[in-house]
Amino acid sequence: MAHQSALIAEDIEAYLEAHQNKSLLRFITCGSVDDGKSTLIGRLLYDSKMIFEDQMAALEADSKRVGTQGGAIDFALLVDGLAAEREQGITIDVAYRFFSTDKRKFIVADTPGHEQYTRNMVTGASTADAAVILIDARKGVLTQTRRHSYLVSLLGIRNVVLAVNKMDLVGWDQATFDAIVADYRAFAEKIGLSVFTPIPISGLGGDNIAVKSEHTAWFDGPILMDWLESVEVEDSLQAQPFRMPVQWVNRPNLDFRGFSGQLASGVVKPGDRVKVLPSGRESRVSRIVTLPGDLDQAVAGQSVTITLADEVDVSRGDVLVAADSPCAVAGQFEATLVWMDDEPLPPGRSYLLKIGARLVGASVTEIKHRVNVNTLEHTAAKRLELNEIAHVNISLDQAIPFEAYADNRDLGGFILIDRISNRTVGAGLLNFALRRADNIHWQHTDVSKASRAALKSQRGRVVWLTGLSGAGKSTIANLVEKRLHALGRHTYLLDGDNVRHGLNKDLGFTEEDRVENIRRVAEVAKLMVDAGLIVLTAFISPFRAERQLAREILADGEFVEVFVDTPLAVAESRDVKGLYKKARSGQLKNFTGIDSPYEAPEAAELVIDTTKVDPVAAAEQIVAWLEGEEISYEI
Amino acid sequence: MPLITPARLTHLQRLEAESIHIMREVAAECENPVMLYSIGKDSAVMLHLAAKAFYPSKPPFPLLHVDTTWKFKAMYELRDKIAQQLGFDLLVHKNPEAEARGINPFDHGSALHTDLWKTEGLKQALAKYGFDAAFGGARRDEEKSRAKERVFSFRSAEQRWDPKNQRPELWKLYNTRKHPGESLRVFPISNWTELDVWQYIHLENIPIVPLYFSAPRPVVERDGALIMVDDERFRLRDGEEPQIKSVRFRTLGCYPLTGAVESTASTLPEIIQEMLLTTTSERQGRVIDHDQSASMEKKKQEGYF
Repeated sequence: MAHQSALIAEDIEAYLEAHQNKSLLRFITCGSVDDGKSTLIGRLLYDSKMIFEDQMAALEADSKRVGTQGGAIDFALLVDGLAAEREQGITIDVAYRFFSTDKRKFIVADTPGHEQYTRNMVTGASTADAAVILIDARKGVLTQTRRHSYLVSLLGIRNVVLAVNKMDLVGWDQATFDAIVADYRAFAEKIGLSVFTPIPISGLGGDNIAVKSEHTAWFDGPILMDWLESVEVEDSLQAQPFRMPVQWVNRPNLDFRGFSGQLASGVVKPGDRVKVLPSGRESRVSRIVTLPGDLDQAVAGQSVTITLADEVDVSRGDVLVAADSPCAVAGQFEATLVWMDDEPLPPGRSYLLKIGARLVGASVTEIKHRVNVNTLEHTAAKRLELNEIAHVNISLDQAIPFEAYADNRDLGGFILIDRISNRTVGAGLLNFALRRADNIHWQHTDVSKASRAALKSQRGRVVWLTGLSGAGKSTIANLVEKRLHALGRHTYLLDGDNVRHGLNKDLGFTEEDRVENIRRVAEVAKLMVDAGLIVLTAFISPFRAERQLAREILADGEFVEVFVDTPLAVAESRDVKGLYKKARSGQLKNFTGIDSPYEAPEAAELVIDTTKVDPVAAAEQIVAWLEGEEISYEI
Repeated sequence: MPLITPARLTHLQRLEAESIHIMREVAAECENPVMLYSIGKDSAVMLHLAAKAFYPSKPPFPLLHVDTTWKFKAMYELRDKIAQQLGFDLLVHKNPEAEARGINPFDHGSALHTDLWKTEGLKQALAKYGFDAAFGGARRDEEKSRAKERVFSFRSAEQRWDPKNQRPELWKLYNTRKHPGESLRVFPISNWTELDVWQYIHLENIPIVPLYFSAPRPVVERDGALIMVDDERFRLRDGEEPQIKSVRFRTLGCYPLTGAVESTASTLPEIIQEMLLTTTSERQGRVIDHDQSASMEKKKQEGYF
């Protein structure tokens, strides 16, 4: 790695001394498929002498074999990593490259320009301090350029270079360059990128990258490497109030209790008054513990362990904040959401949301509008598909400490995780809290769930029957209720059809509406359990995620899932309501089992095989199970 | 707010803070993590970071050395000393099948040797102890296919790595959720370069295997590489005579598969100086990479790091 600095050979100690204090710049490059991104990065590596002789030899051989430069050195081959991608000739994922100069260490996120890969670009931009947006001088500002610039702006990157590449192919024409810059400026101002640095370059020839080009005497701006080395990214995080999400409670023995985390903003010193959010309890910083020794102060970006003067309750996910300027706590937000999964987002479905060190339940309650990333137009949307971006309202199952993303990435950026597949399905930016959360508080009642249930000598719970249409859910539920009633139990039966006549009459049968249907039923059931009732529900409830939601909003042991297992052929042959016939003939859309999926339970408390037992026996089986549980509960 | 002079973090301080953050996330969210320990310089940095991340607690996970029985003697010595000093529990796993069959690099070649001892051995050990997350010391700058590796690399229940099915990683938010049997490989020093690692070792005074420093050692020249005769198991070919040369190692692995470089660098600054002035890349010393183009990526899909 033949760094050029003469100091290396002459005085390595002095060189190390200087280089220990280098700063770090993380940036992304974005451009369309043929704009020459990989070539530019290869060129930066080459010009900063980060390419070894053996890599160079391999590069020369590869350039002859698969290069696109007619046997001349193809710098793009330096950075196109995975074999499959190399064959296709495109990069398809985010790759991170490293190089350093005498002034800085750089981490470059190489992000692809293909339309379907908004996901990757957002990923690369999320950790970047700066962005280099590439334009092919022959093509000018393209749809992709607008998309990349919008995403860069959305993710909060404020240091931007507009690199007009392939200037050699337009004869180094200043007028062409100026026209592209003017065109870009008109667009950039609309998305809040009013400040950017345009540079005419040639990745292939290295012009205006590490050395000033002899072809652009008319250009008096900085060359790319100089800009990268000098752009000021020491942001204002340290000047903001102290915030630290607690990652891990450090408890080696009874005498030490510390809270480990990385400062998201501000400065903290021993003696500072801090508040624990969301609980709001206050204490004083006693020590800032690190190995090898305690610190006098810690600043944004540092990972430390803090001990407090008082015994206050602090857990993972809590945020320590400056007591005199705490951040807000809320549970409902307006957010910008980037959808990253092949399976679309239906509003209402419950996901896990990770923000800072906190994991909570969350659902999108409303898609306000979708943003067309090419035109910035807002359009109405009922669901969100892969790589789509929308402004949404999102509701969490608990209130969390937060900052707007624009103020702090660590306390305003979140990901959504699918509860069943565990995939990361979305990334979001909190914009502001919705006011209604502030105004609705949980009303404390003196008569509790337990006391209501005790008066009835039973335990409130939900017996959730799920299965195909025609499986016999309603029939069985009806029989179970009659038996329980005869046994002196206080019950209520929530029937799918009946609920759709009233509470849910505004809902249809699309996936989104089905999700909402079940969410409402689960909430109603929860209220009835709170009242001490044994609730029977008979709904197809085809999606695992919604049944899981119902299970999770209830306490342990309160949700009893009963799978009324009837093969499709059997249910269809019964066809009591004539619905299968209608669905088969196309008169009825989105019918479970025909053109909408049914996801069978994986761990139901009870499975009733209706091909083996009749409804009366099935009801007996459920009642016996419930009464057995009740006895063991009473004991 | 009191007026303060902004304390600018250096690139090493930022890297250190990031690595510590990653380790704490795993400790907090995974049930049964382990730190893989290869005894090399990257492992040395990882141990040091783990000690810092959890101090004054001991790191809440054990160390696992997947032993091939063919490491340098000096590596075994450092391994046992360091684990004890830093208070780690050390687990050593040797693939019983490879042991029974006497798999070695001389009779079976580098590919089979590595596959059975390392790749299979690692899978066995992870399954045996039921680890759901394993820290590794891989860096993105080491090799082209690693540049796209996530910090949290998701492995199927069969421990395979599917490059098309990795989770997006945004900000500092890592998704550690997984189904039973699935696991994570976590690379806390992904964003470090070889130079960063050496500088950090120098700055923090981290103990490393003496083989990294130049000393007179018995070597033979074989297929263009200088191989050290580390013990009596070494099989000399006809006409081969070990010669004492001043050599050191830029990477460490199984001694018959690890090439030395002639050098006089005997201090850390000298090593760094030599590295900065050198013109061949780090992994060239490792014989396994030469098997075929894109070989590391293939090995990774099979479960090797």
